[in-house]
Amino acid sequence: MSGQPAQPVYLDNNATTRVDPRVVEAMLPYFTQYFGNPSSKYALGGHAAMAVKRAREQLQRLLGIAHAHELMFTSGGTESTNAAIMAALEASPRRREIITSAVEHPAVLSLCAWLEKNKGIRVHLIPVDRHGRLDIVAYRAALSDRVAVVSLMWANNETGVINPVADLAELAKEYGALFHTDAVQAVGKMPIDLQSTAIDMASLSGHKLHAPKGVGALYIRNGVRFKPQIKGGHQERGRRAGTENVPGIVGLGMAAELAADHLADEDIRVRGLRDRLERGILEQVADCVAVGARAERLPNTSNIAFSFIESESIVMLLDRAGVAVSMGSACSTGSFEPSHVLVAMQVANDAVRGGVRFSLSRDTTDDDIDRALVVIPGVIARLREISPFGTQEGASATLDQAHV
Amino acid sequence: MLQVSNRLNDHFSNPRNVGALPGANAVGSFGTIGWGDAVKLMLQVDPQTDRIEQARFQAFGCSAAIAASSAVTEMVTGKTLDEAGGISSADIAEFLGGLPPERMYGSVIAYEALRTAIAALRGKAELESTDPDVLCDCFSVGQMMIERTIRFNRLTDPEQVTAYTKAGASCSCCFKKIEALLARVNADLVEDGLLPADQAYRVGSSPQRAIELKPRGEATAAATIFSAGHGVPAHLRAMPKPAAPKPAAPRPVAAMAGADTLTQTELIEQALAELRPHLQRDGGDCELVRIEDNTIYIRLSGNCDGCQLASVTLSGVQAKLIEKIGRPMRVVPVP
Repeated sequence: MSGQPAQPVYLDNNATTRVDPRVVEAMLPYFTQYFGNPSSKYALGGHAAMAVKRAREQLQRLLGIAHAHELMFTSGGTESTNAAIMAALEASPRRREIITSAVEHPAVLSLCAWLEKNKGIRVHLIPVDRHGRLDIVAYRAALSDRVAVVSLMWANNETGVINPVADLAELAKEYGALFHTDAVQAVGKMPIDLQSTAIDMASLSGHKLHAPKGVGALYIRNGVRFKPQIKGGHQERGRRAGTENVPGIVGLGMAAELAADHLADEDIRVRGLRDRLERGILEQVADCVAVGARAERLPNTSNIAFSFIESESIVMLLDRAGVAVSMGSACSTGSFEPSHVLVAMQVANDAVRGGVRFSLSRDTTDDDIDRALVVIPGVIARLREISPFGTQEGASATLDQAHV
Repeated sequence: MLQVSNRLNDHFSNPRNVGALPGANAVGSFGTIGWGDAVKLMLQVDPQTDRIEQARFQAFGCSAAIAASSAVTEMVTGKTLDEAGGISSADIAEFLGGLPPERMYGSVIAYEALRTAIAALRGKAELESTDPDVLCDCFSVGQMMIERTIRFNRLTDPEQVTAYTKAGASCSCCFKKIEALLARVNADLVEDGLLPADQAYRVGSSPQRAIELKPRGEATAAATIFSAGHGVPAHLRAMPKPAAPKPAAPRPVAAMAGADTLTQTELIEQALAELRPHLQRDGGDCELVRIEDNTIYIRLSGNCDGCQLASVTLSGVQAKLIEKIGRPMRVVPVP
């Protein structure tokens, strides 16, 4: 294996992105110079309040939001998602059902599991097909006037597969259900115009678009009843109490502005790099499949499931070779289950534990892809040499207790 | 990111003895793709000396599974089958400088593969019986394998059981069964003097909140199930209760079962004499103190005394004695 390069090739941008230096620069004065509390009535507080206002406008433009007050800053995607679903349930106490999908982020699935177990809420988990596309027939069948909220992700974090959320929201409207979308992975990677849709709420997270961690936002359509989850002061029009994370919000605003400028780059250059990476792997490595590649996908995401080997080993060996990627399973979190997304997509049994996610960003270069393509086939070949299943024993290879 | 030792890292990045061993005469496997990890261990054993001349492995799984398999090949090469049989999963983990808690199953699967490889060569049919009682349906983990792992590693917490065996890692429907088994084995260990009573797990000890936070859902059958061959060795069976233990392998010396106390004492002393060189090589020792019915009191000294793995040593001593005497016996350490 070649020597480890000084700077790793970073292909895990769906986990988090590098904070753009221009974002850092925009934030810095709000730590030391304009450190005032936005609620304070003197000039120093006024500076901070103005910065928050400007950030809201910057985010408004990226997301196509009509009114500034439709945006509520939060601590990130998980809080936004929790706030949206909980608020929707409280706003319609007689509706006791939720519709979501089998491939959602744990921020949604864990909350829904808790609501089902502890609050008696019925949760409809809509399946997806082998390409990660939502089962629209099942979705339609689950819709009724008992549904308080539909929560479906805009783009999947593991595969990048995009849901037609605008259409799905229209269907939800027919039954009077609120529609929330987890747009964490979609924001900054594809054009979004929320005001032209029937989407009621949308979650986003700063660190997925080159802003810092710990800041996010929730879009709440004008007129949607929202019950605050965090109670206290009057910040965010009383919908989320607590002093604003001013530097984080400023950073998110700047990141939104930069993302808007880079949307075309994302769609053409980053997509080109992703496709070259994916093609290069599929050409050089046998027995692997690009998961979700036949569906509409984000331009930056590729999920490859490698047969006969396990993703944690792949990720760790790639790391040693200077390529940072993410595994398609939840193994690192202590769970021993394969990725629920790949399971829901019915990825073959011999490959479902070998899912690896490659996610690019505007920072990704041609050289990064070249270096990754040099390293990846060797790592896969090496692990397959070690594997007892190899490539010759067939798809359902199972170790037997062969003796002597 | 997992924090792992340099040794584990080394064995993962540069695994030793990888690949098929065409001349292997002892092969043991454990795990499946569906389980998420699998090891195939191949040994070439000299039939004259019983010594393992060569060991190789193939492994599917995470870094810990690969490193532990590599470690085992190094640990057993040059050892006799008896010596190799005394290696526990705790020894494997220790050899690697420790494993992260959530990766302890790596050492367990390497151990299980070694155990089945040795049993395969010895043709111990009773060790090769299937584990009919599947405790965790999602991962198809057998009760006997879990019991063995609890006993060998002195596990005292259901979370540990999951980290070592994956049982209960999915829907957690089997939590109550794991809990009951853990409590029973812990009670046995306490009775055997191998676990302080205050450390033993009791049913209901897990906070309700922790149980509620576990994953929900219905048990889903594993895509592929464990293969046969996870019988529990006699010394690890619960004994003398609650399930009546099967007598150990009917080896020639087993004919001595029922022999008078003097003969039995001689056999025990003979067994201990065979074991002592291994203990002495590690700077430890043991001696027979007294025999009362089925209970043998021994004294550990040197490095064995106070060693964290003393309980594992005792299990090995007990196994050896049971093999010699041919019936279940309990070994209890005395100061």
